[in-house]
Amino acid sequence: MSARSETMLWIAQRATAALLALCVLVHLITMTVAVQGGLTAAELLGRTRGNLAWAAFYGLFVLAVAIHAPIGLRTVAGEWLQWRGRAADVCCVAIGVLLLALGARAVAAVTL
Amino acid sequence: MNLHTWRHRDHPAYWASIVHRVTGILLALFLPLHFLALGTALSGDASLDGFLAWTDRPWVKASEVALVALLAAHLTGGLRLLFIEFVGWRRESQGMLLAAAGGAAACCALAFALNLF
Repeated sequence: MSARSETMLWIAQRATAALLALCVLVHLITMTVAVQGGLTAAELLGRTRGNLAWAAFYGLFVLAVAIHAPIGLRTVAGEWLQWRGRAADVCCVAIGVLLLALGARAVAAVTL
Repeated sequence: MNLHTWRHRDHPAYWASIVHRVTGILLALFLPLHFLALGTALSGDASLDGFLAWTDRPWVKASEVALVALLAAHLTGGLRLLFIEFVGWRRESQGMLLAAAGGAAACCALAFALNLF
């Protein structure tokens, strides 16, 4: 991969990290409050279904994770397993696509 | 792992980087399962309720607390890196930053556990 592409990945990793920091903080607070007294589908879906703000929030959350996680895994694979090159890159893209697809399905399930 | 890495094994930042990588890997493994679990709502509220009832087991709850701890540790460790790289917090502050990151992650897990159990 070219130096320019590596730089773009580094920027994407840091930009999504900053966005995820905010998303994870909101998610942690929401979870901590929501689990009080037990979780039910009615309570969970009552908060999220038809709510455009939550749909946008979780959609952005999933998109950022689908970019951030594969880049991080690619770095670890290179450092710890010395697994680099096209095969490692393709595998990381596949992980990103899988996370995006499953995440989008989950967001649709709880917000539509 | 190269010689350069071995030489820095006694530095707290080395262990912080290990924690950040390990928590990241575990979270990446958990995420697809989390998304699949939320996706059960597509089959109706009863399906999601069935899954939520399954999570009421003590060992599942303990796992949830562990996952919150992983997420909080990855968050605080990541914030530490962002502050070092972009805000210019220097190496001298490492000890304080690492303690703050660990403490904040532990507080998050504890607050979640107290509300969950």
